[in-house]
Amino acid sequence: MIRFILRRLAIAIPTLLALIVVSFILMKVAPGNPFTGEKTLPKEVMANIMARYGLDKPEWQQLLDYISNIVLHFDFGPSFKYKDRSVTEIIAQGFPVTFTYGMWTFVVSTVLGVFVGVLAAVRQNSWVDYLSLGITIGAQVVPVYVVAPLLVLIFTLWLGWLPGGGWNGGHWSNVILPVVALSFSLVASVARIMRSSMLEVLGSNYIRTARAKGIPGYKIILRHALRPALLPVVTYLAPMLVYVITGSVIIDMYFSTGGIGSAFVNSALNRDYSTAMGITILYGTLTIAGNLLVDLIYAWIDPKIRL
Amino acid sequence: MTMLKTLSRAALVAGLLSTTMITASYAATVPEGTKLAAEQTFRYRVLDAINSLDPQVVEDVDSANVVNNLFEGLFSEDAAGNPVPGVAESFSVNADNSVYTFKLRDAKWSNGEPVTAQDFVFGWRRAVDPALASPYAYFVGLAGIKNADDIVAGKLKPEDLGVKAIDDKTLEVTLSGSVPYFVKTLAHATLFPAPQKVVEQFGKDWTKVENIVGNGAYKLTENNPGERVVIERNPGYWDDAKTVINRVEFLTINDENQGLTRYLAGEVDQTDVPAGQFPKLKGEYPEEAFSVPNLCTYYFSINVTDSAPDALKDAKVREALYLAVDRDVIVNNILQGGQQPAYTFTPPATAGFKAPDAPAAAMTQAERDEKAKALLAEAGITAENPLSFEYIYNTSDAHKKIATVVAQMYKEKLGVEMTIRDMEFATLLDTRHQKNYAVARNAWCGDYNEASTFLSLMDSKSSQNDSGYNNADVDKLLADSKVSTDPNPLYTQIEEKILADVPIVPIYFYTKVFMQKPAVKGWPYNNVEQIWYAKDFYKVAE
Repeated sequence: MIRFILRRLAIAIPTLLALIVVSFILMKVAPGNPFTGEKTLPKEVMANIMARYGLDKPEWQQLLDYISNIVLHFDFGPSFKYKDRSVTEIIAQGFPVTFTYGMWTFVVSTVLGVFVGVLAAVRQNSWVDYLSLGITIGAQVVPVYVVAPLLVLIFTLWLGWLPGGGWNGGHWSNVILPVVALSFSLVASVARIMRSSMLEVLGSNYIRTARAKGIPGYKIILRHALRPALLPVVTYLAPMLVYVITGSVIIDMYFSTGGIGSAFVNSALNRDYSTAMGITILYGTLTIAGNLLVDLIYAWIDPKIRL
Repeated sequence: MTMLKTLSRAALVAGLLSTTMITASYAATVPEGTKLAAEQTFRYRVLDAINSLDPQVVEDVDSANVVNNLFEGLFSEDAAGNPVPGVAESFSVNADNSVYTFKLRDAKWSNGEPVTAQDFVFGWRRAVDPALASPYAYFVGLAGIKNADDIVAGKLKPEDLGVKAIDDKTLEVTLSGSVPYFVKTLAHATLFPAPQKVVEQFGKDWTKVENIVGNGAYKLTENNPGERVVIERNPGYWDDAKTVINRVEFLTINDENQGLTRYLAGEVDQTDVPAGQFPKLKGEYPEEAFSVPNLCTYYFSINVTDSAPDALKDAKVREALYLAVDRDVIVNNILQGGQQPAYTFTPPATAGFKAPDAPAAAMTQAERDEKAKALLAEAGITAENPLSFEYIYNTSDAHKKIATVVAQMYKEKLGVEMTIRDMEFATLLDTRHQKNYAVARNAWCGDYNEASTFLSLMDSKSSQNDSGYNNADVDKLLADSKVSTDPNPLYTQIEEKILADVPIVPIYFYTKVFMQKPAVKGWPYNNVEQIWYAKDFYKVAE
């Protein structure tokens, strides 16, 4: 087990390095630089800026400097766009916001999704099943950018119950709408996976045996069916976790949370190389960690899997 | 010999008066009997995260709005865009308008220390210092301050800048020559003072909430980029007694429609109107929907250099393209925000500027189309020898609509084939700058309220001259305008040259269309740069 984890961590290092190099090259290939604006700067001004940020050096050297600063000083450099702040500060400010609404979304989607999925499977072909199927298919096809403004329209403008945006230090009233908007389609996905996997398990021989032995229905479901049926859901949860805690641009955009999702997209559009790189590395690390976590959970849920 | 000037508008325009003045500053003027709202908080929607709060570094409009409330320069602007005294109490100027001497008032930094002439010297040197690498470093040279450009280029040291502190309350500025608009540039953040001790102590972190020290009417109390920036009244500000608004919240809302919903829900006091929605909102909320002139022009740049298609090198062809654009369709049917059709480059609302009478402006569109056809025929463009070229623009719905409709106009009226291609903004800027294009979307907003901020783009040496336009007469007129006591007639002549040579096709003059709660009073609707200071506002009880 420990060896497995260590081996995976060892592989993570070259993976991250490759990620850095590839993103670095992609960004350099894109035309323009972080300092081109509607007003073209005089070349002397531009030269000073390039020198200040080390962009006048050969590209291979920029890459080496960048990597060595990370490795030696854990320094991701200054942001080229948000000039008063470093990339580390941008991440330190935006990530906790994203992490908060992301974790809530994760919990809500998982609990609600599993519950609805199990309910639909147990009451297969009843009105409960049809209703939940109908709602989940609907929820899955409506994108976040439709749900988000709709929620604001209903709960902010018409009902006046919740603020339509802002973060306010993570006040509960500011967290609800982002979480609901982001959970919407995720609940649906989890519920649908849960339902079909539950149905499969419920149709298997050992469950039939359990029923034949006269074990009560709720016990069969909780003790015997739920755990194996969760396996496919867990496979889905890992990328979902990474997805929700790295933030949704749409959520950040519509709810002005100050989260990291919009910082990421803006940095790419603004050619804010250092910020885009920093967040890419963060996302990469989270993805690797997420995948490792899912493997560990797999082993825990299913004793047949040996690490 | 020096002469004293008053700081009134008349004096700035007329030049030389010899009275010492009592400063008539600009502040919230609440008519007697007004019932003020209990909560004096102004909530203002901004498009994006605030980039920087450092006056010498800040570059975008929203961030500058915050900085303008946290700091104060020698001058500010009044509701019409005229300079009004800020930290300066009076000034005098020498005979050839090249040395200005400013007397400073008793103003304080928010840490209680006095604002001194040395703080201006420090701030201005900082602005041109290659080590700071400010994107607005060029502005100091633009303002005409001696040696600025050479310092930016690394040929001289920041200490060589033409600014010095005679004593704590006297600042002397030496210009490289007469610069007619110099005083107008002093309300720009780049030329604000900077608190030397604080900047030196904290370095790049000096603008953090816990460190920042300003001399404006407000103090920074919260900065959550991408969410909000909050500033609150600075009781140590010299004119605080007249301030009414206690708190300003700058709320980042990326999406315009979301901004509007939150405005209607009462969460913000002011927000931009999404494209195309102005007529409807004006109908529903006549007291809240505003369309005011802005110091910006939307235009097409035509590449006139060797890298351009041959046909476009002919001024007749360019004029035909200029004439065949039905601007009324664009402003009335596409934009619908009260924008004005543009036949010349500099917005007519620019202070002191008189636009020439563009012949095309007086014609009907049918007449313009006839003339365009005739010009193309003269230039040898026929059905057998057709004209086709590519138009590039940055990805956006509004730009796309304009591109599509103009392409259609050219095709139907002139038989000219204009293909359109969108690209990312950064790519467009690069392509335009490299002159790898035929015709491109362009837009310009003035840096200060005077025509040269537009016309200097037509200088053959300007780095902003995307057309590659090169007319020796224009260059000379621009040079002459710098030393002229009244440059405005020269600006009009430059516009006439542009009309003759057509390196650009002006399309429309921007307006700022926004919703504003009726409770907010004191907004500078007639300031074409939309420079505002919350200290001039107040909110009435509804």
